[in-house]
Amino acid sequence: MSRAMSARNMRRNAINNVMLSLTAVCAFVTVSTLFLILGHLVYNGGTSVDINLFTKLPLAPGEPGGGMANAVVGSAEIVFIASLIGLPVGFFAGIYLAEFSGKKFGILVRYAADLLNGVPSIVIGIVAWTLLVLPMHRFSALSGAVALSLMLIPITARGTEQFLLEVPRNMREGALALGANKWRATASVIVPAARKGIMTAMILGVARISGETAPLLFTALNNQFWSSGLNQPTASLPVMIFSRATGPYDDWHRQAWAAGLALLALVLVTNVTARLILSCSGSKGASLSG
Amino acid sequence: MKTRVITSVLLLAAMSAPAAIAQSLTGAGASFPAPIYQKWFGEYKAKNPAVQINYQSIGSGGGIRQLTENTVDFGASDMPMTNEQIAAVKIRPLHFPTVLGAVVVTYNLSGITPKLRLDGPAISAIFMGQIKKWNDPKIRATNPSLALPDKLIVVVHRSDSSGTTFVWTDYLSRVSPEWKSKVGANSAVSWPTGLGSKGNEGIAGAVKQNPYSIGYVELVYAVQNKMAYADVKNAAGKFITPGFDSVTAAAASVKDMPADFRVSITNPPGAAAYPISSFTWLLIPSRISDLAKKTAITEFLKWMLTEGQKDAERMSYAPLPKNVVAKVEMQIAEIK
Amino acid sequence: MATSAAIFRPTSIAGKRLSRADDLAHAFTFFFAALILGVTTLIVCQLWIHSSPAREKFGFGFIASKLWNPVSDEYGAAPFIYGTVLTSLLALSISVPLGVGAAICLSELASPLLSAALTFFLELLAAVPSVIFGLLAIFTLVPLMRDYVQPALIGAFGFTSLFSGPAFGVGYLTAGLILAVMTFPYIISVSREALLAVPREQREAALALGATKWESIGQAVLPFARAGIVSSVFLGLARALGETMAVTMVIGNDPAIHASVLSPGYTIAAVIANEFTEATGKLYVSALIELGFVLFMLTTIINALARMMIVLTTKKGSAKA
Repeated sequence: MSRAMSARNMRRNAINNVMLSLTAVCAFVTVSTLFLILGHLVYNGGTSVDINLFTKLPLAPGEPGGGMANAVVGSAEIVFIASLIGLPVGFFAGIYLAEFSGKKFGILVRYAADLLNGVPSIVIGIVAWTLLVLPMHRFSALSGAVALSLMLIPITARGTEQFLLEVPRNMREGALALGANKWRATASVIVPAARKGIMTAMILGVARISGETAPLLFTALNNQFWSSGLNQPTASLPVMIFSRATGPYDDWHRQAWAAGLALLALVLVTNVTARLILSCSGSKGASLSG
Repeated sequence: MKTRVITSVLLLAAMSAPAAIAQSLTGAGASFPAPIYQKWFGEYKAKNPAVQINYQSIGSGGGIRQLTENTVDFGASDMPMTNEQIAAVKIRPLHFPTVLGAVVVTYNLSGITPKLRLDGPAISAIFMGQIKKWNDPKIRATNPSLALPDKLIVVVHRSDSSGTTFVWTDYLSRVSPEWKSKVGANSAVSWPTGLGSKGNEGIAGAVKQNPYSIGYVELVYAVQNKMAYADVKNAAGKFITPGFDSVTAAAASVKDMPADFRVSITNPPGAAAYPISSFTWLLIPSRISDLAKKTAITEFLKWMLTEGQKDAERMSYAPLPKNVVAKVEMQIAEIK
Repeated sequence: MATSAAIFRPTSIAGKRLSRADDLAHAFTFFFAALILGVTTLIVCQLWIHSSPAREKFGFGFIASKLWNPVSDEYGAAPFIYGTVLTSLLALSISVPLGVGAAICLSELASPLLSAALTFFLELLAAVPSVIFGLLAIFTLVPLMRDYVQPALIGAFGFTSLFSGPAFGVGYLTAGLILAVMTFPYIISVSREALLAVPREQREAALALGATKWESIGQAVLPFARAGIVSSVFLGLARALGETMAVTMVIGNDPAIHASVLSPGYTIAAVIANEFTEATGKLYVSALIELGFVLFMLTTIINALARMMIVLTTKKGSAKA
């Protein structure tokens, strides 16, 4: 090899090493960001969390102590109602898309679901406000739940459809060959076959909405006491974290950290569990782009 | 598994059932009195477990808006409603003064003792961005003994519609003609400079965390957060520390309390008066069709005017003057 | 092969009853699918109807107007569109190079096990609620910006208008940084999948021709994965544009256009979150709702572009293969 060529090769190798190292640096930076975030939250939250958070009600501004018990229960209520509304709608719509839909209408519905999925959560909040808060003349847990259900529906629908479509053809044909009609085949064979994936999609969806703040800001508002009904303003964990984090009191900040850790733990544990279940069953799983 | 699901559903339903709460009211509005309001409603509930009054601090503008849209049972504001705003509400609201408070100039300068002393024109110039640094001659003029740093002033103001802002800008408009013509007095203005924060809580948080910052909050927020606040020059030319005495002196300047209690006490003439003081009001509809709700509200108002006033001084507010209390009690009867 | 519909032509009574059950199931599930369509239409309608006072008063000038003054009831969207776009662009300018670089590392260099494990963890980042990012941003990022990063930038570049002003700690750049962290998982995960989808033959062919590893990536792999990477950027952009809580907590709440990235600003989502409950008067509320409509259109267009890119990828990929 001539000297010019080996010099060029050295340069190419150098560039190769530099660029590959740069990509490694990128990976390192991004991954370490995640660990730093989690670590920081665990540290600050862990040193602040105590049982009061889950047992006491919030106190007046400036008074130390108090907790977020009403927000924990309020969040559970709102998410529960949102799931009651959103999960069935998404589930059956997903079945329609996978099993029954015609080509054109299916494309339309899928497009609408994607559109709905992409609506910013604050805009969902506005719509829920116009639909429920304005006519009812009150802030309520119900309006918050409806807002969250609007976000849950497309996630559930697309997830259900995706996992139903993954059920192998021979299972479908086998059911039909045994004499079952369409709905029987779907209900007894296809859906049960896809149930792990569908449940995972539902769990991930519920975990996602339980962390949402923006849709609740002007639907469920907030409450310093226990909520006295679904048609009353209700405290929720994300809104409380927001209000405590943006306030001046150190005690409020402590509570925000602790509640943030609790919420994060809930969301992450749910996510990890759901994904592990899914990967065990061999399915490809829900992707971020879908 | 199934039975467990059912039991937990029932438990949840039981928890959300209104457990022995006969009356649940929602109010929203000013952050200026929020600490004492939430204390009051908490105390009141402890005494009357059947009445639960949920108060959300969303700013005076929010209180007026939600009252107008009838999404809350009552509002709260440190800015008296204008005639147009009152006309826009279906059921005419009544203004019930509750306490007196002071809007203080809070700042974050470590190691500067004793307190900063500021006069109206200087404050106006700072918030207009004309005075940019802490060691500006205009600030040093009123604080000759302080070693002010050569740092940029970080101005913090409200981003939401605020009665506290109204009191603040009302004061600045009275002491600075330039402020009056360029910015004006209102619950939300076009701020020449600075950061926006939501609520009194937001400004207190921002000033607490930003060195060399300055902002305006109700006294209780500065006290509770151990933040420094300035002595302000009043109309009589004296530098006054905001507090119980100076705020009470400001209120004493009201010779004729109007029948609807809408009055401003900024920059009053008194020698001992703190110039940035204000009443704050609960906005109660004059007609409440639900008898139980009406009783709950009127009973609370009576409690507030007697027992509630005792909390005021301890929480860095000042109680209503006695003659005002008597007049307010008479207004309770106007709620039909 | 006969379709299931053809097999079940109702010939007998039993057959007719079975197909009626099918029709019922079809109608039942159709109802819910139609519900999705209805809900989405309803959202657009509600936004359109409730923004009409503002639309009628300001017309198209709303988009260009820089004035946001609740006192004089004059509203313009320009400061918020500017803030929304600026913070998103800042976020992408950080997360795209880092994200694509990380995706390349994970797909080409790292062992499959490590790559899968790290991607798993990174995708968990996507599940972290926005308010928690906001919490971390307020207490961790803002002091860092105010005490170290911003003074350094002002010291080095303060003479330009891009980095001037006091070190507030909050502002466009801080919001851009937290948004960058929030868009990492989308960029990395989707780019990595796009890179992994490139057939092995491409890489091997390039290496066989004597290319270095980097050259094989740059010339044989990246062009193939380009559309997928671009779609990941669009997805990240859509996420950043609509992001509310984390941005609200660190944007500084100033409804004006500023040249300096260190100054406080406002985004559409943040102003709605902050001012919606207290907007007095029909015009103010409808102006905020019109802002919501603008944001909705913006994210819809970006999402549509992203989907188009994904469609283009599959078409292109199958054509080339």
